[in-house]
Amino acid sequence: MSRRPLYLGAMAVLVFQTPAVAQNAPIDRSHSPVLGPPPKVSLPPIATRQLPNGLKLIIVEQHELPLADFILVIGSGGTVDPTGKAGVANLTAAMLTEGAGKRSSLEIADQQAFLGIGLNTGSNWDASTISLHTPTAQMDSALALFADIVLRPTFPMAEFERIRKNRLTDLIQIKDRPTVIANQAYASILYGSTHPYGQPLIGTEASINSIVSTDLVNFYKTHFFANNSTLIIVGDVNPDQIERKIASMFGSWQQGAVAEYHLADAPKAGGTTVYLIDKPGAAQSSFRIGSIGVPRSTKDYFALTVMNTILGGSFTSRLNQNLRETHGYTYGARSGFDMRRAAGPFTASAEVVAAKTDSGLIEFMKELNAIRDTVPAVELQKTKRYLQLGLPADFETTQQIAGALVPVALYNLPLDYYNNYVQSIEAITQADVQRVAREYINPASLVIVIVGDRKSIESGVRAVNAGPLSIRDFTGQPVSQ
Amino acid sequence: MALGVPVGSGGQSVPKIKYEKYTLPNGLEVILHEDHSTPIVAVNTWYHVGSGDEKLGRTGFAHLFEHIMFMGSEHVPVGVFDKELEAAGGDNNGSTTEDRTEYHEVVPSNALPLALWLDSDRMGFLLPTMDLPKVDLQRDVVKNERRQSVDNVPYGRSEEVILAALYPKGHPYSWSVIGSMADLSAASLDDVKNFFRTYYAPNNATLAIAGDFDPASVKTLIRQYFGDIPRGPTLPARPNVPVVELAKDTFLVMEDKVQLPRAFYNWPTVKLFAPDDAALDVLASVLTSGKNSRLYKKLVYDMQVAQNVRASQQSSRLAGYFQIDVTPKPGQSLGSIDAIIRQELQRLVAEPITTRELARVQNSFRSSFLNRMSSVQNKADILNSYNYLAGTPDYIQQDAGRYDRVTRADVQRVAGAYLTKPKVVLTVVPEGKREMMLTATGGAK
Repeated sequence: MSRRPLYLGAMAVLVFQTPAVAQNAPIDRSHSPVLGPPPKVSLPPIATRQLPNGLKLIIVEQHELPLADFILVIGSGGTVDPTGKAGVANLTAAMLTEGAGKRSSLEIADQQAFLGIGLNTGSNWDASTISLHTPTAQMDSALALFADIVLRPTFPMAEFERIRKNRLTDLIQIKDRPTVIANQAYASILYGSTHPYGQPLIGTEASINSIVSTDLVNFYKTHFFANNSTLIIVGDVNPDQIERKIASMFGSWQQGAVAEYHLADAPKAGGTTVYLIDKPGAAQSSFRIGSIGVPRSTKDYFALTVMNTILGGSFTSRLNQNLRETHGYTYGARSGFDMRRAAGPFTASAEVVAAKTDSGLIEFMKELNAIRDTVPAVELQKTKRYLQLGLPADFETTQQIAGALVPVALYNLPLDYYNNYVQSIEAITQADVQRVAREYINPASLVIVIVGDRKSIESGVRAVNAGPLSIRDFTGQPVSQ
Repeated sequence: MALGVPVGSGGQSVPKIKYEKYTLPNGLEVILHEDHSTPIVAVNTWYHVGSGDEKLGRTGFAHLFEHIMFMGSEHVPVGVFDKELEAAGGDNNGSTTEDRTEYHEVVPSNALPLALWLDSDRMGFLLPTMDLPKVDLQRDVVKNERRQSVDNVPYGRSEEVILAALYPKGHPYSWSVIGSMADLSAASLDDVKNFFRTYYAPNNATLAIAGDFDPASVKTLIRQYFGDIPRGPTLPARPNVPVVELAKDTFLVMEDKVQLPRAFYNWPTVKLFAPDDAALDVLASVLTSGKNSRLYKKLVYDMQVAQNVRASQQSSRLAGYFQIDVTPKPGQSLGSIDAIIRQELQRLVAEPITTRELARVQNSFRSSFLNRMSSVQNKADILNSYNYLAGTPDYIQQDAGRYDRVTRADVQRVAGAYLTKPKVVLTVVPEGKREMMLTATGGAK
């Protein structure tokens, strides 16, 4: 049991100073100690290289432990799943370790365990990723396996059928989990069922049943190009040596024309509406409240980061203080902007005890209105320090550093992005926070999804009168009342 | 960082974690580990009390108390703890197990005095400002934690049912850490005061600090902040628990809001660091870790009758148990899966595993030890953990060595010694589907 759920923080590396301590002075406990100046942020140097076939390398040396992390970021993910075939990117990634080169599925698994390495494949909206975590003593063998998986997947039919059956059972089991139902229904209602962002990344029963092995092979052939990819390398490596090694393994990876894609417009937002999804007997009501947010390229990235941290991005944020620490309605409340190539959702969320569903809704609405007022200077200052001074702790391990560089690769952020992070946050003013709050959080135009025990919560929710109420099923579709 | 001696074939060595340990006159143990690679410091405090020290009727109290430790102390008004830490760029959390309660802050190195001020105030001065509304507030939060992690989660209530059946009534591990709703409701302000006075004294705590600090000035700071906190009374004698032996198999059924049933097999085994503990860990991996593991390959990969299967040796300070859980695919019967599991376990008893199976598991364990050392918070927690549970902070290489020494014969022996004995089998079934329950004769449709 842990005191709190985890909040996603921002990110770095600094220089050490401690204030002088008088040896025998009695400690005055009545106020917090005066601290010396925080260590200066200086991130580890980043080297970049590019192979003739267009594969980009981002390399960071970190020699603390004999370990290295590799993340290959391929700039295509679930957003470009073929129409009606949600889940293709996800299944393609899953199939990479089911047969590659001369290796069978079982041989790949055997080698991974024998080498004691971490090897994972996955996809999100914008990217497919293959990551490798390896002791340096095993690096050569690990990279040979990694290269097979990336360059020579074989997509065996029998393995595909096994994985597909497995996925269909996953989809059945999701019906047991109110939090997942809430996430999927929220996306579907917000974006509609034809927009890619309205579909689950793992697909639906219908889409998984319609996918054939050729769909995955085609996805691989259309998107897995050297010039659509960046390999992030962090750890106990020498940049020149590792570049030569990667060039010898990935130099023959083919280039290709990376198709441009244009997302359909998301549906226009209407007036605030409450969507109630019945989960009989649920002990808690799952809240997902928000609207369509911003793409990662937004000019308001830093202002939004600060504003959201105040609203629901840290333990002392307003939503968590209110719903948890003042009222005890929940174990944790939060908010966040999911920024993608196109505008992903802004979502405020919590699991609220069923008996306080109406009170929880009232408090959510209070905070979503209040954030549009001027934020007190002290609160802004605390939030900026949290984001700025917390940066180094997020650059401690090779895995953390590699992970922090994924958005740099994917969204073409400047290499000095993190070095400028502190200044970028510092520049945000009370007026900036208020402007983005008013621009991006509109209490009159919210989608409010509540998954809970309809019998016991409906009348209370209606009485709050946050907006008209619509009863929906697990997929977000209307049900006859 | 200094490297230790390489162990095993072709593996990576597990480095030592260098440390200094000393004890203040009031009994507080201090462990220091310098690591200047990132300008941050982890302050990790273990109180040697957990849910295993609770009284019947007050289950969940140690964890509720952990929450209460964040509700302010004499010089730190409620709310200041988190606000000051966030304003300094720090993060914090706490956690409770059967055996211990842990608190930590990770801060930029300049903010180390802040973390010591906050931690020492709640160690020395928690009660003057404690009142019932604070207890009530965190009681509500913890009840919601229980709803979110147990009651509203498929199969979430299985653990407490298993523990109650596996351990005799009154055994410190016979209830879950989160506790029951009724017991959480019953906790009083007096309970909080008594618990604090009994267990939250410097002589029942260890402070581990890892990261970027100057050892001379940190010792001064520790003495100034913690040195004047009075030693507490002698701790109550720990419950002396006999080894758990079940007389016969127990078969249980629980209905839940689930689409698919799931069976949990549980055998009493041995406690953490007991001679057979590592071999049982290896056995669990041989059974279900990776596609080539025995049960995964048979049930999930080859026959495709199960969606998932997992095995683990769950060992703590006083006792341990071995658990296998399996979820059939839709339309597949637990009864036929049960027969296959029995066969596979018999095969492990009858003949040794292959050298390749052992090598895969040992190599994976060796890497996992290296991975655990990558952050200062992890290192501080490891030092505290070994200090309490193994008797010395300096134990990571010995711990890793346990797995290197496991032989094929050991795995065969522990399979026979523990997994052929009486067990507790719980089947969680969809509501109204009790006929899916596993029984002594297999049963289960």
